[in-house]
Amino acid sequence: MIVAVDYGAGNLANVLKAFRYLDEEVSASSSPTTIRQADGIILPGVGAFGSAMDELKKRRLNQVLYEEAKAGKPLLGICLGMQLLFDESDEFGVHEGLHLIPGRVEAFPKDIDLLVPQMGWNQNVVNNEQSIFADVLDGSYTYFVHSYYAKCDQQYVVSYTNYGVKVPSCVEFKNVYGMQFHPEKSGEKGLEMLERFIERVDE
Amino acid sequence: MLAKRIIPCLDVDHGKVKKGINFKNLVDVGSPVEIAAEYELQGADELVFLDITATLDQRKTMAETVEEVSKQVFMPLTVGGGIKSEEAMHELLQSGADKISLNSAAINDPELITDGAERFGSQCIVCAIDVKKDVGTGRYQVYSKGGTENTGLDAIKWAKKAVELGAGELLVTSMDCDGTKQGFDIDLYQQIGEAVHVPIIASGGAGKKEDFLDVFQKTPVTGALAASLFHFGELKIEELKKYLEENGVNVRR
Repeated sequence: MIVAVDYGAGNLANVLKAFRYLDEEVSASSSPTTIRQADGIILPGVGAFGSAMDELKKRRLNQVLYEEAKAGKPLLGICLGMQLLFDESDEFGVHEGLHLIPGRVEAFPKDIDLLVPQMGWNQNVVNNEQSIFADVLDGSYTYFVHSYYAKCDQQYVVSYTNYGVKVPSCVEFKNVYGMQFHPEKSGEKGLEMLERFIERVDE
Repeated sequence: MLAKRIIPCLDVDHGKVKKGINFKNLVDVGSPVEIAAEYELQGADELVFLDITATLDQRKTMAETVEEVSKQVFMPLTVGGGIKSEEAMHELLQSGADKISLNSAAINDPELITDGAERFGSQCIVCAIDVKKDVGTGRYQVYSKGGTENTGLDAIKWAKKAVELGAGELLVTSMDCDGTKQGFDIDLYQQIGEAVHVPIIASGGAGKKEDFLDVFQKTPVTGALAASLFHFGELKIEELKKYLEENGVNVRR
């Protein structure tokens, strides 16, 4: 079973609906035991990095997520949930992340004339052809809502999207995956990507 | 680069999709879930659900409809109409809405925009503005209560204020153009686009694909909304997007 981490940071409902639409058994939980028993973990998230980490720590889930991921369990972070996978973020002061993918999270550069947040459909360019998501991402548009973006070594970048700067839109390090966009809001392509994650969990 | 968005609007009354001509003479065109699913297939980028009679009748909005649609349709959903409190916003967001559109209630109580933005984030709060040009002065004025009441507010000033208060997006409807199919009010969107730095959705007047090209080429709007044009199949979204792409507009295909 897949468990979506329920830690009071953002709306889980639509992520759950997408998995249920795909006939996948999924539940939302904040229980360390349930999360440890899951076959795969989804880390959603909307809001600010620091407060999301605080909510995880309050429930001691940062440790659970770290250990489960290091033990090889498939983990997918979505939107802010992807950003939390990195070492740290600049959002409202420097905050430490989960250290599951090397890299940091920064604001869009101020010297580029951009609407922030990036909100809308943007196109993905594949960087890692080997990824389980590569062929679905290739050239496809997905739905983004974010004000900060990840900076990491390109070996972790599955795909980029261009928003004044090259924004890693999908990242991957072993069994840890992250999507800056909302697959649950990205139509058929988004559902296909969730399907790929389900297949990965079922392996 | 972000794609320009094509947004069908579903005017909902008692759980049914309707479209009024200049907000009157409603014609039933069917079930929200079915229509939403059809639009997803056609390539719509977002959907807006407006409970058009809610403000007038003081009725609650349509959490159940949103819940049903969001179980089957996976794209951004904006819900508006009769939303007057943070609690109502919360209920709709929990039901599956991604954004909340505030109109009359924000005019009566502008702090509602700030309260919503602070609690749910600016990206969740859309300020819908119904605009009519004053024939005498040529100024754009804001109407409320489903377009029935002239508030006396200047549309450009109100747009700026709404953004200052925390609105992350504006949905601006030209009442003069709505239902006429004579094209969008280009001048209106140029003026609002110069005044604010948030995404703007143009609404009212779309009659053919050239109208969309016009509004995307001449104004900074990032989305264009239409209802009857799409509902009655007069223009297929797929065909519209193909046309826009051929003419250099970045769209999701």
